[in-house]
Amino acid sequence: MKLIYFAWLRERIGLTEEVVDLPPDVRTIEDLMQWLSERDEAHAHAFGNRRIVRAAIDRRHVKPAASIAGAGEIAFFPPMTGG
Amino acid sequence: MGVRLQRADFDVGAEVAALAKGRTDIGAVVNFIGICRAGAGDDRITAMTLDHYPEMAQAELERIEAEARSRWPLQGVTIIHRYGRLVPGDNIVLVVTASAHRRAAFESASFLMDYLKTRAPFWKYEERANGSGWVGAKDEDEAAASRWTQTGDSDA
Repeated sequence: MKLIYFAWLRERIGLTEEVVDLPPDVRTIEDLMQWLSERDEAHAHAFGNRRIVRAAIDRRHVKPAASIAGAGEIAFFPPMTGG
Repeated sequence: MGVRLQRADFDVGAEVAALAKGRTDIGAVVNFIGICRAGAGDDRITAMTLDHYPEMAQAELERIEAEARSRWPLQGVTIIHRYGRLVPGDNIVLVVTASAHRRAAFESASFLMDYLKTRAPFWKYEERANGSGWVGAKDEDEAAASRWTQTGDSDA
């Protein structure tokens, strides 16, 4: 699974993207954020306030309860501030 | 016409002219230009860097444009969003809408900006005289976008 990060999530994790092998019990965006936050301090810091982290699966916005089955690219980012 | 993400500046007059060129069915063109502002005093902004998710930004802006076209009778839409490092006074975003009548042009431009601010994957990093950091999202932007959602509409 390819994960990509933007803005302060990228800075906190220290990576633009990474490829991870997920255990089968990680089924949703929420599960994935929990699993990532248990990996190391950097991920824990980035996903410390999960309520405000947004996600996209294959370049579409999704809710935390969304299934990640079949996803190619999952992006995590803060609330958007363009315009 | 269409959606463009670019580092370079844009020419508002040229974009409006391109949209209206050769058309006799357009009665109203509205353009909105978002500009990097400096603010004031010790906390003023000295520069702003726009981070973005290129492939998703293009796709999301095209979805927003299609949504506007489905809601209003539009003869043309142009959306240009810049990325990279900008300084106060620089243009950030341009939205141009063209319709037979002004109401559709005004309303769709307003809708496009409200949706763009809350759904297009861009993030601002401000360099300030007193320190730098990522700009936080504003609740009022979410509220502005939600006013376009009719009761019963789903907005994933």
